Amino acid sequence: MLTMPRNDLLLFLGFAIAVLTMPIWMAPFGAAYPDLLQRFMIYGLFALGFNILFGLTGYLSFGHAAFFGVGSYAAVWSMKLLTIDALPAMIFALIISGIFALAIGYVSLRRSGIYFSILTLAFAQMSYNLAYSVLTPITNGETGLQLNINDPRYLDRMFSAATPSVPSPTMLGLPLTGFTGFYFCAGFLIIAFFIAQRITGSPFGMMLKGIKSNQTRMNYTGFNTRPYTLAAFVISGMYAGLAGSLLAITDPLAGAERMQWTASGEVVLMTILGGAGTLVGPVIGAWLIKYFENIFSAINENMLARFWDFLPDGLDHAAVVVSAKFVGEGWFLTLGLVFVLIVVFLPGGIMEGVRRIASWIDRNRKSTPKSASPKTQPAE
Amino acid sequence: MTLLKRGLSRRRVLQTGLAGIIGTGVAPMIFTKGAWAQEFCNNPTGDTVTFGLNLPLTGAYAEEGADEQKAYELAIKHLNGEGDGGLLNVLQPSALKGNGILGKKVAFVSSDSQTKSDVARAGATRMIERDGAIMITGGSSSGEAIAVQGLCQEMGVIFMAGLTHSNDTTGKDKKRYGFRHFFNAYQSGIGLAPVLGQEYGMDRRAYHLTADYTWGWTQEESIKNATEAMGWNTVAAVRTPLGSTDYSQYLTPILNSGADVLILNHYGLDMVNSLTQAVQFGMRDRQANGKDFQIVTPLISELMAKGAGESVKGIFGTSNWHWNLQDAGTIAFTKSFGAAYGSPPSQAAHTAYVQALLYADAVERAGTFYPPEVIKALEGHEFDGMGNGATLYRAEDHQCIKNVLVVRGNESPTSEFDVLNVVQEVPRETVAYDPAIFGGELGPSEPVPMC
Amino acid sequence: MFEVIFLQFLNGLDKGAAYALIALGLTLVFGTLGVVNFAHGALFMLGAFCAVLFRQLITLETVTLDPTKLSPWGSPLEIREPLVQAWFGDFGAVLLNYSVLFSILLTIPVMLVVGIALERGIIKHFYKRPHAEQILVTFGLAIVAQELIKSFFGPNPIPQPMPTDLRGAADIGAFLGMQANVITYPIWRLIYFLFAAVIIGGVFAFLQFTTFGMVVRAGMADRETVGLLGINIDKRFTIMFGLAAVVAGMAGVMYTPLLPPNYHIGMDFLVLSFVVVVVGGMGSLPGAVAAGFLLGILQSFASMTQVKDLIPGIDQIIIYLVAVVILLVRPRGLLGRRGVMEA
Repeated sequence: MLTMPRNDLLLFLGFAIAVLTMPIWMAPFGAAYPDLLQRFMIYGLFALGFNILFGLTGYLSFGHAAFFGVGSYAAVWSMKLLTIDALPAMIFALIISGIFALAIGYVSLRRSGIYFSILTLAFAQMSYNLAYSVLTPITNGETGLQLNINDPRYLDRMFSAATPSVPSPTMLGLPLTGFTGFYFCAGFLIIAFFIAQRITGSPFGMMLKGIKSNQTRMNYTGFNTRPYTLAAFVISGMYAGLAGSLLAITDPLAGAERMQWTASGEVVLMTILGGAGTLVGPVIGAWLIKYFENIFSAINENMLARFWDFLPDGLDHAAVVVSAKFVGEGWFLTLGLVFVLIVVFLPGGIMEGVRRIASWIDRNRKSTPKSASPKTQPAE
Repeated sequence: MTLLKRGLSRRRVLQTGLAGIIGTGVAPMIFTKGAWAQEFCNNPTGDTVTFGLNLPLTGAYAEEGADEQKAYELAIKHLNGEGDGGLLNVLQPSALKGNGILGKKVAFVSSDSQTKSDVARAGATRMIERDGAIMITGGSSSGEAIAVQGLCQEMGVIFMAGLTHSNDTTGKDKKRYGFRHFFNAYQSGIGLAPVLGQEYGMDRRAYHLTADYTWGWTQEESIKNATEAMGWNTVAAVRTPLGSTDYSQYLTPILNSGADVLILNHYGLDMVNSLTQAVQFGMRDRQANGKDFQIVTPLISELMAKGAGESVKGIFGTSNWHWNLQDAGTIAFTKSFGAAYGSPPSQAAHTAYVQALLYADAVERAGTFYPPEVIKALEGHEFDGMGNGATLYRAEDHQCIKNVLVVRGNESPTSEFDVLNVVQEVPRETVAYDPAIFGGELGPSEPVPMC
Repeated sequence: MFEVIFLQFLNGLDKGAAYALIALGLTLVFGTLGVVNFAHGALFMLGAFCAVLFRQLITLETVTLDPTKLSPWGSPLEIREPLVQAWFGDFGAVLLNYSVLFSILLTIPVMLVVGIALERGIIKHFYKRPHAEQILVTFGLAIVAQELIKSFFGPNPIPQPMPTDLRGAADIGAFLGMQANVITYPIWRLIYFLFAAVIIGGVFAFLQFTTFGMVVRAGMADRETVGLLGINIDKRFTIMFGLAAVVAGMAGVMYTPLLPPNYHIGMDFLVLSFVVVVVGGMGSLPGAVAAGFLLGILQSFASMTQVKDLIPGIDQIIIYLVAVVILLVRPRGLLGRRGVMEA
């Protein structure tokens, strides 16, 4: 870590602090409860991994949710068969999702562009459909795979007798619920961020970026690009598997819906919204979408009425009716609009917006050094 | 600090301790959160108590979800002593006073479960952790119900299931903290089979189309067992993917299969689509084996019947309840719901309303919100007047044992809501069964897990 | 056994016609504009909702409350007076009965405007951008369209009745001189099949035999050269996008009696139509049609019990399986041109 460039180190430390203090600065937004914070971490991890594939190599996978789901199933099975401890579950999930990603990636990466997208989509949809129906003995179908009192848990049984109730997942005896669960996930997000940062800065990462800008040229220079893209695909699949296992650990249930193509679409939205190719962007995108999904969608007309209360009569009613279309059940509409605007005007996502604002401030400061200080808030 | 007075469990020390170690700035927040100074999850300390409504407002069962929401809002009004009091006046025996629950006003928070188990669980978690819900209720698919019920067991929060018909909910996946008022597929089979035998004869050949997931399978099995026991043959049982839109490729093989009855083990939109399309294939105008070809939908609701329109006329199925019944409870509820929303309630609305009242009543009788006591008050509770006749909340599996209705699509509806007729009320003795046949274990109620 | 296979084949053709029709518009857009349009499913959905809107308009009623009589649930009895029938009498009744067919008259202009506005407003800025960004922006547009429909029409499907004369099934077997009552098929599905055939044939004829079509085909082959010849190819491509939207919309309208439309219907068809296009070959119109029929027939046969017993779950994955195999073995698709998106 000491050999990291100063900027990278600062970014990493800033990120770690921001993540760990989330329970504080999220409180004013009504989001500082453990379950949502855990989801922030988990989907942040998922988007971070997706970005290693899409952001660095430019390959747009529309089937990444499959790895997420496979990770969840693997983790729950480990907790059912082996032990309730989280670490074996995560290792198991990493291995299974890695193998799964290797198989799918090996086949799908024979094509690029939209054909690659369709191939990954097809594989993910096949996994989803089968998980829902004929694979029910493994996946428990629509109900989802859950822990039971009479699961064998062979490793645990060697050391202790069966518990009278369904145990909840632990790590070395520490129960992973509430804020403990959050810090557990946060730890993995920070580690994953560190790894992603190292990958991006490494020669391997440069190679991936080279593939994104011009694969043909890379091939002509004598590189065989396939092993590199495959490695990126597998790493990214394992990130997804890890995220899936964390979701299963903090909430021991694995359902097939999390493999559906719309779930894959969601991680694409997260990454683009935040800024593909940047490190922090996808994580912010994930937070934003999960925040929308959980908080924005729970706003109802009563809350709006209170919010618009200051307006004169009649007008406040109209304001409630109009704004109700965009919150509550309509949160997805807001998200869609924001997404379209971002793709059209800010193809680099929120991070490009931040960069543009920063350089705009920078420019202003340089041209008029004296009047710079009051202008910290850009007008945009 | 109140925390110290109550004694520290190992778990609580670890939770707060770790939080304190990692970020000292975080600790004050947690101590003030209040959730830590109580002996069970979300013990209501103020003058309100919050219900968490987990409703599918989008997705395949959205229509049922919207109706459930209306019913819950009505129930909460009645519990708080507003409106005409609805079923509060007819519940026998009743400890409800119409001043909230144990003197606390009832409030609610809601969450759109999108008819997805994952989302339902996340919503329930949010309502428990953030909004302090004392009880979770709702849901209109068995997958959702089982997922949320499992969560509630882990959190120590009581779950009053809404519309869920799978045998598993109070069978192999039953939980100590989960309760179901709705009937199940097994009871549909026992109730429906004799009527089918009477109407269509004992030597029928049945063809099943089944939604390919747990509920579909349990219903297929239940109906198959019940009809085969009286002499019917099963030609084939074909599984169709859940959420299919076009059933034509599954319908064509039926035409010349030698079957003369089609049994649709579908629900919600799936059933609306498969039934409509089966009728478009001319199945109801066909002759097979010298008999008129028939279609049966073992579980049907007024909302689905409305969606299927013309196609549902004359078709047999079962229901938990129907607004056209003539007992005092049904009349009171239909009137109260109709006055509030301008349409009669569906069976989903009814079960939701009743579940909310039964929970409140159990708390009043227990004299506390402490879940194990409430569970004891519900288990084995015998009551009447809610529109289903005398009803028992069975202690062994938390399944309500009550009459089952056999219904038939109305041939000449007088209004858009008058789509089903009640053909027969199957008495509860007939549809009761041994809870042991489905296995499963309720698990303990104590020690109460802390959310 | 023969009649079972015959029926399944017929069903495959019927499904295939629907797939081909949906994929046709998608291919049209990709072939002319080179844009991967993830909003195509949304256009199908918008078309379906044109039919819903049309029916809502002609079933407008005046509602008067009769407080002296009560309905069984205790609210005042409503007396409904349909307006259109009151105004037009018998013609109103016919209009109501055949509302699905009449709503096409509304759909064509609406979808043309929607399509052209979409192309001029947003999509034309994406011609030079990578396919991934085209997918993303059109995906976002699809979300916006479906959420708008949801907030105005609600999340539930809205059943659209068929014309009374066209309900039920036709006895094709008897028509072909076989045993009666063995091979029957729903009339509306047969109509849909014919409709699809006519539209597909019409689009082909339009491209093949009109000057406009000739110019567009030339533009598909080499856009720049056609532009250099002084032809305003952009304008023609815009019209092609509008045309694709109309085709998608009409496909949606005619599908409403078979499947009550809800806001999500477009997304359900989107994945499927992409698979059809890719299997047929990106940008190839005959390919899309052939692939539509191929996948329809395969899916129909994969759903038979005999096949499902052999390979469990095959009916749920057959379409994706075919797509994977085709993409790996013959990436340009069944009838795709060499070099188009071949990678």
